[in-house]
Amino acid sequence: MTPDEIFQDRIDRGIKIEPKDYMPEGYRKTLIRQISQHAHSEIVGQLPEGNWITRAPSLRRKAILLAKVQDEAGHGLYLYSAAETLGVSRDQMIADLHSGKAKYSSIFNYPTLTWADIGAIGWLVDGAAIINQIALCRCSYGPYARAMVRICKEESFHQRQGYEILLTLCRGTKEQKAMAQDALNRWWWPSLMMFGPHDSESPHAEQSTKWKIKIVSNDGLRQKFVDQTVPQGEYLGLTFPDPKLKWNAVRGHYDFGEIDWQEFKNVIQGNGPCNRDRLRARIEAHEQGAWVREAAMAYAKKHENKAAA
Amino acid sequence: MRLGDNALILSQRLGEWCGHGPVLEEDIALTNVALDLLGQARLWLGYAGELTGRDEDQIAFLRDAGEFRNVLLVEQPNGDFAHTMARQFFFDLWHRLLLEKLSASKDERIGGIAAKALKEVAYHRRRSTDWILRLGDGTEESHARMQQAADDLWMYTGELFEMDALDKEMQQAGIGCDLAALREPWLNEVSRVFREGTLEVPKQSWMQRGGKRGIHSENLGHILAEMQFLQRAYPGAKW
Ligand SMILES: [Fe+2]
Ligand SMILES: [Fe+2]
Repeated sequence: MTPDEIFQDRIDRGIKIEPKDYMPEGYRKTLIRQISQHAHSEIVGQLPEGNWITRAPSLRRKAILLAKVQDEAGHGLYLYSAAETLGVSRDQMIADLHSGKAKYSSIFNYPTLTWADIGAIGWLVDGAAIINQIALCRCSYGPYARAMVRICKEESFHQRQGYEILLTLCRGTKEQKAMAQDALNRWWWPSLMMFGPHDSESPHAEQSTKWKIKIVSNDGLRQKFVDQTVPQGEYLGLTFPDPKLKWNAVRGHYDFGEIDWQEFKNVIQGNGPCNRDRLRARIEAHEQGAWVREAAMAYAKKHENKAAA
Repeated sequence: MRLGDNALILSQRLGEWCGHGPVLEEDIALTNVALDLLGQARLWLGYAGELTGRDEDQIAFLRDAGEFRNVLLVEQPNGDFAHTMARQFFFDLWHRLLLEKLSASKDERIGGIAAKALKEVAYHRRRSTDWILRLGDGTEESHARMQQAADDLWMYTGELFEMDALDKEMQQAGIGCDLAALREPWLNEVSRVFREGTLEVPKQSWMQRGGKRGIHSENLGHILAEMQFLQRAYPGAKW
């Protein structure tokens, strides 16, 4: 057998691939792309929620939100480390993010306009992320799968706190309920887009599935998300912004309308409401932090020399 | 109330850093300190609330600037990372000394909260001390920035050791402590760390004051406008 055949055979037998194992270059590249994109999403994802930390409406909510955003930064760290095992440095990944070469989840290019958006992000965005990540816990690359297991443990708290924010709003005043409905109206479709294009349109789907980097199809995950989320929204007493959304007893699933793929493509290409702001904020943080990182390195070096002398 | 306001306002300032830190690890650490301080603020304000018949949120969100009792130091803007760290360092050193004393307070609740907070603040102090050293003895630029930050903030440190009538009353009752007596150990520690970090202890002697009496800098009004927005815009709503 060729090395590639042995590799595929290991994957077929469900043996995890570890950093020192042989892997085809395409497998490595695909993983780097996917894991770094995932890491960048955690980091950029801090921004829309961070936008409400200083305005959280109670001390308890502020503490929960701070803890949540801190978790996301931690997820970014685990994922950068997982990607580094594939031979790419964090600096390189960050440079690729800033140059626009690497992507992050488009969902974070939508603005958080009201407090209810913080609820909607937790409920829908973290909810969608969990569905994705649970599947990835079984992916073939060991460090990535293990990072996912660790991350999934924290994610359910994220979704719960978001749902609880909306539940409180929906049981509150008329204005609060309207705020919650408005948030669902704006976040529903972008959440469905998080699962990516139809599998028929997805360029790498087949190979990724064979390599067990992709475990469940985009459309399969999306359906699962809809089926799980719609009853939760009904319990809140909210209406989904999709007239075609309907239970289909024959299929045993919800039917739903078509995503606006034109919008999807545009946001990916950089035309979302916040693309420029998000990237600029990250670049600014990085550039303004340069002297701090340099100082830390210079200090470490001086003291290393002292210790050696 | 003063302790709660100090922790709350500083936490609010640190929360502004979220997602904008110089390096990912630092983003996490800053948020960590913000979370600790917020937790402490809730304990102090919760206790103050029990004594005055209000809850923590009424105290935090429904008072105007003149009713806040935090020191001026904590409401100063984040500035660059050096300013944030100088502010944190001056505060942490003092905070630790104060909490050490308060953990022996005759008021058991105060003693308990102080003892719990002390563990967290010991870590804050180590971290901000490390940064003073790194930035002070790092590069030429970081040294200059750190020195500038220390010079800019120095005039807000005097207030930390001021004893007013309420402080004296508390001290006599064995509930509070002598803040003026904390000045010497505080200054010794600042001098020691600054020397090691090749920095100069600022010489300026004129000190700003007023925070403890509710006379604040212009900053606090803006901090509160942001922090209290939802509670003010939707009076009586539950969140
Ligand atoms: Fe996450
Ligand atoms: Fe999350």
